Amino acid sequence: MKSALLKGFRHGIPIGLGYLSVSFAFGMKAVGDGLTVLQAVLISMTNLTSAGQIAALPLMISGASLAEMALTQLTINLRYALMGLSLGRKLDESMGTVQRMIFSFANTDEIFAVASSQPGKIGKHYLYGLMIAPWIGWSLGTLIGAAAGTLLPVFVRSALGIAIYGMFLAIILPPARQRRPVRFVVLTAVALSLCFRYIPGLNTVSSGFVIIICGVAAAALGAWRFPAKEDAA
Amino acid sequence: MKWSVFLPYLAVTAGVTYLIRMLPLTVFRREIKNRYIRSFLAYIPYAVLGAMTFPDVFYSTGDIRTAACGVAVAVLLAWRGRSLLTVAVAACCAVALAQGFLLLV
Repeated sequence: MKSALLKGFRHGIPIGLGYLSVSFAFGMKAVGDGLTVLQAVLISMTNLTSAGQIAALPLMISGASLAEMALTQLTINLRYALMGLSLGRKLDESMGTVQRMIFSFANTDEIFAVASSQPGKIGKHYLYGLMIAPWIGWSLGTLIGAAAGTLLPVFVRSALGIAIYGMFLAIILPPARQRRPVRFVVLTAVALSLCFRYIPGLNTVSSGFVIIICGVAAAALGAWRFPAKEDAA
Repeated sequence: MKWSVFLPYLAVTAGVTYLIRMLPLTVFRREIKNRYIRSFLAYIPYAVLGAMTFPDVFYSTGDIRTAACGVAVAVLLAWRGRSLLTVAVAACCAVALAQGFLLLV
C-alpha cells in the first residue's frame, strides 16, 4: 500500500512542476483582470483545469450569465468525460464508487495520461498518490503568480502572458502533425474562431459561446468526415 | 471582484467541471459504441484548444509583434514534439527577447 502511494506521488512530481509555471501565469492574469489573490487561488483549488479556468476569466469580468458559464465549461471540459470512460476500464476492485468520486476530481489531461500509461490495473493508493503533487503545484503556482505577479516588471509579465498558449500549442500540434483528422479539426476550429473575431456582426458573440460554437462545429465536422475506425483517443 | 458576484461563478465552474469528470467514472460505466460520438468526443479537445489559442495568442503580450515571435518559436518546438514546459518557457523567452530588441531599435 505504502509503496503504491509513494510510486503515485513520485509520478505526480513532474506534472506538479509543470503546473507550477502555467498556473503562475493564470494567477497573474486573474489578478490583472480584477480578482483578488484568494479568489484566484480558490478557482485553482476547486477547478484544477487550465483551459476551463482561462476561459472563465473573461466571462466573470464581463458579467456573463451563469448559463453561458456552465455551457462553456461543459464544452471545454467535455474531453474529461471521454477520459473518465476510458480510465474506468483500468481501475481495479479497490476503486469503489466513493474512491472513484474522490479521484475523478483530479482527472486532468496529464494525470489521465500518466495513469493510463501504467501497465495493468491501477488501484486507489497509486491514484491518491498521483493526485497530490499536481494539485499542490497548481494551487501554489496560482498563489505565487497572483501575489507576486504584480511585483514583476511589465516586460516580464507580458512575456509570461504567452505561457498558457505555448502549452496549448504543445498539446495540439504533435497529434495535428501525425494525424490528418486532428489537423483538419484544429484548422477548422481556428478558421471559425478567426471569423468570430474579425467579421462584423459575428464579433459581437461573447467569448464563451464562440468557444462552444467553434469547438462543437469543428469536432462534429471532423467526426462526420473522419469517423474513427477503432479506438479514438 | 465582489464576493457576491464571484461565488456563484466559482460554484458553477467547479461544479460543472467536477460533474463532467465524476459522472462517467461512477454512473455511466458503459462503453460508447457509436463511432461518430466517440470521434466527436475525441476531437473536442483539439477543436476547443485551437479556437482558444487563435487569435487570442497574438494579443497575449500587449504587442502583436512580440507575440508573433513567441508563436513562431512555440509552433516550431511544439511541431517537433517538445514537452509542454519547454514550449511554454521558450515562447516566453522569445517574447522577452523580442521586447528587448524593440527597445533597442
